[in-house]
Amino acid sequence: MSGAASGVIAVRMRGVAKHFGPVVANRDASLEVGAGEIHAVVGENGAGKSTLLRVLSGMFAPDAGTVEVFGKDVAGWTTADAIAAGVGMVHQHFMLVPTLTVAENVVLGREPMSGMTYDRALAERELEALSQTTGLACVPSRLVSELSVGEAQRVEILKTLYRGAKLLILDEPTAVLSPPEVDELWRVLRTVRDAGATIVLVTHKLDELMEVTDRITVMRHGATVMELRTSETSPAAIATAMVGRAVRLDASGMPVGSGSAAVAEAIGLAVGENDDAAAAGAAGAPPDSIIVSSARDRITRNIPAAIISSPAPTPTYTDAPRLRVTALTVAGPRSPRAVDGISLSIAPGEILGLAGVEGNGQTELVEAIAGLRAATGGTIVVDGTDVTRFPIGKRLAHGITHIPEDRHTRGLVLDYSIADNLILGRQTQFSSSGAINRARTLAFAVDRIKAFDIRPADPSLPARALSGGNQQKIVVAREMPPDFRVLLAAQPTRGVDVGAIEFIHDQLRAARRAGKAILLVSAELHEILALSDRVAVMYRGKIVTVMPRATASEDVLGPWMTGAAS
Amino acid sequence: MSASITAAIEDGVLPTLTALLVALVAGDLLILSYGQSPGEVWRLMLSGTWGNAYGIGQVLYKATTLVFTGLSVAIGLRAGLFNIGAESQLAAGGFCAGALGLLLPAGSTPWVAIPMCLVAAMIGGGLVGLVPGVLRARFGAHEVIATIMLNFIVLAFLNWAISATGLAVPETLHTPVVTSSAIPRLSAYLPVFHGSAANGTILLALLAAVVAAWMLFRSRFGYELRAVGLQPLAAESGGIRVPRIWVMSMVLAGAVAGLGGTNFVLGYKNYFEDGFSGGAGFLGIAVALVGRNNPFGVLLAALFFATLSQGGLAIHALVPKQMVEVLEGIVILAVAVSVPEVRRLLRARPVRAAATAAVSKR
Repeated sequence: MSGAASGVIAVRMRGVAKHFGPVVANRDASLEVGAGEIHAVVGENGAGKSTLLRVLSGMFAPDAGTVEVFGKDVAGWTTADAIAAGVGMVHQHFMLVPTLTVAENVVLGREPMSGMTYDRALAERELEALSQTTGLACVPSRLVSELSVGEAQRVEILKTLYRGAKLLILDEPTAVLSPPEVDELWRVLRTVRDAGATIVLVTHKLDELMEVTDRITVMRHGATVMELRTSETSPAAIATAMVGRAVRLDASGMPVGSGSAAVAEAIGLAVGENDDAAAAGAAGAPPDSIIVSSARDRITRNIPAAIISSPAPTPTYTDAPRLRVTALTVAGPRSPRAVDGISLSIAPGEILGLAGVEGNGQTELVEAIAGLRAATGGTIVVDGTDVTRFPIGKRLAHGITHIPEDRHTRGLVLDYSIADNLILGRQTQFSSSGAINRARTLAFAVDRIKAFDIRPADPSLPARALSGGNQQKIVVAREMPPDFRVLLAAQPTRGVDVGAIEFIHDQLRAARRAGKAILLVSAELHEILALSDRVAVMYRGKIVTVMPRATASEDVLGPWMTGAAS
Repeated sequence: MSASITAAIEDGVLPTLTALLVALVAGDLLILSYGQSPGEVWRLMLSGTWGNAYGIGQVLYKATTLVFTGLSVAIGLRAGLFNIGAESQLAAGGFCAGALGLLLPAGSTPWVAIPMCLVAAMIGGGLVGLVPGVLRARFGAHEVIATIMLNFIVLAFLNWAISATGLAVPETLHTPVVTSSAIPRLSAYLPVFHGSAANGTILLALLAAVVAAWMLFRSRFGYELRAVGLQPLAAESGGIRVPRIWVMSMVLAGAVAGLGGTNFVLGYKNYFEDGFSGGAGFLGIAVALVGRNNPFGVLLAALFFATLSQGGLAIHALVPKQMVEVLEGIVILAVAVSVPEVRRLLRARPVRAAATAAVSKR
């Protein structure tokens, strides 16, 4: 806010257009950022935010429009030009060399030399000096591979600052961070801003915007639709601008304090992960409004609140558990004990939410139960049968199904048709005397496509041609047949649009009512809180706490997720 | 359905045609550089191949071997494995067929002896395919390295087997003539093919292509094999035992290539000769590539490369035969370059259009 008042314009982009073949990423995008402000670019998935910022950072040349940085026309410049002019981009996926130290990563490309050799001591001294002036704490001699995600991100920021960046561009910086790490990032960004830098960031989460930014640019369908001053707007106004239709927030849904943050998160979940408005609109009768009620688990649209929010019948934990995992240890790619002696059980009709910062062994745990990774110790029992040594196919036959966290590599054969993907894992049932029975496969696909509202409803289309949400529906449809017993749902709604999120959540709730046992792993705490009957937190390969949903909240879970509580 | 046929043509045929056009232009330039008229040279090439029965017979004979090696490479690629070993699988298959043929008594019934030799060829080639398959499945050894290295080992072993064991006719590198299980030449039924090497194996090649197409696109095994090739992790999640598919597809690829050895050994010369494979295994890679790993595409591509190869002899008077080898190289390069790029562009348009149309109907 201080910088914005100075009146100097850091970035001025006008009428930017960018096509990728037939896809229009930007058509009339503009962006104006005052020097010394923290500026957010928001919009649904596919609104063209990342493209616009990549044009700014020199990764793409615009097809049309003007780009000015600190008053100079720079349209179509290269990343090298951009770096030289003090524009640095912090990518969503870090560009660090894990086997090098922090200092080596920061100076990479412009290493201080003494004669012919790299001057390690000088590099570390320079980094320490930079660390002190910016308040970004780091240990220069540590290996990047040993850093947490939050620390690695800090190194990325230091790297751009070391190159003299006056303008920092961050693409979804909070996507991989735990709540305390997010707070730390805001502190860092404010420090950097106060030291005179200008910051542009992309985010999906409205609560973050309100907290940290000075001004906000809203994009929709590749064009800039609105520019707002953060102090003069509200989450509802931003959400309306983002989706382009009235978004009604219940009056009761907007109490001051932490409640409003909850609403903002709810919207972030509901509209932020959207693939595009067309897909959302197509995924049901186009709604006039999005109703977000006060409870976080009631993100509804055109579905009577009573159905969605009615509390699930409390599972009776005296029932024999459907899934019982005892003292399970699993080796991971980096640690011999990625899962370190975990015991858990899930009753029929129960959803156990597994919270935790990514990379704490959740993937290995799920893969071990699914049979994709061998257990090095412990047992897995499903409905009384020890399946620890079963191969995957036998586990599938025993009713253990798995929505993998990465649908592109694990969940789908992208070049297979929808129909062929729907029978993956059950191809034996769909074949007779060695040949796939195409008529039965097709009939099954038509039925599933209808039941799960997969669009376009053409079983012969390759899965690759579908939107993320519809691809995920194929996986969900396949992994939730009527007769499954235990579902391992890993990030079941990652990167899918709002319609698909609601649909998948409804499916999970319906499965709970039908007495299935569900292990839900999600990086989105709201999703965990919206669906789970009990919440467990995984940290460094162990389950550090299990609590009923009633006592779980973001504030309670946060410290457990980072190992601060015990 | 017509839309999907159009898509198949755009996806499968257009890149190949583009590549051939590029090769044609490059060939024109090459011919001009020798001071010859391109039209004259191409005419000569056509009349020396498809212009008379002998030429057609020779093309069909050469194409027969290429169908088998092309199918072998295509099956491997469909499973995500790059089989560079068709050359030695072909040789091993021919050797086993010839060796068994020598063991069988001279008066054996052809209807018994020929199938036995065919099975022997498949076993020989299959064993050579098994090794890299197992190495990949058990130890993660890359099949490209394993198959290349195995080519040297197997070909050297066959050379030793033929020269050091007294199997060969003295002063030559081939076995005595096998009479028990000769596959008749086409000229025995169609005298017009007199003198050409084309023989009954060609029917076997057609059958192999049909069976391979059924196996790949209709059978459960093919469903699993292609899933492994396209997205091995997803296949694994679907309960498919990926290493098993790797081994089986390599055995299958080896067996098909091995079967190709009978074209020379049982159908043409009626003996095994060291080095008879003569690069047909390696050319199978090009055949599979140009044929887009589709068995029927392989048939066409095999005819194409066989035409080039036979045509090279026909135009020898005007330009060096090596020009044809350069042309083959250009075709392979052009296909390799055009396929992924052209395909992505072509795929993006109709698929996106279809998806958009279906969504906006709502």
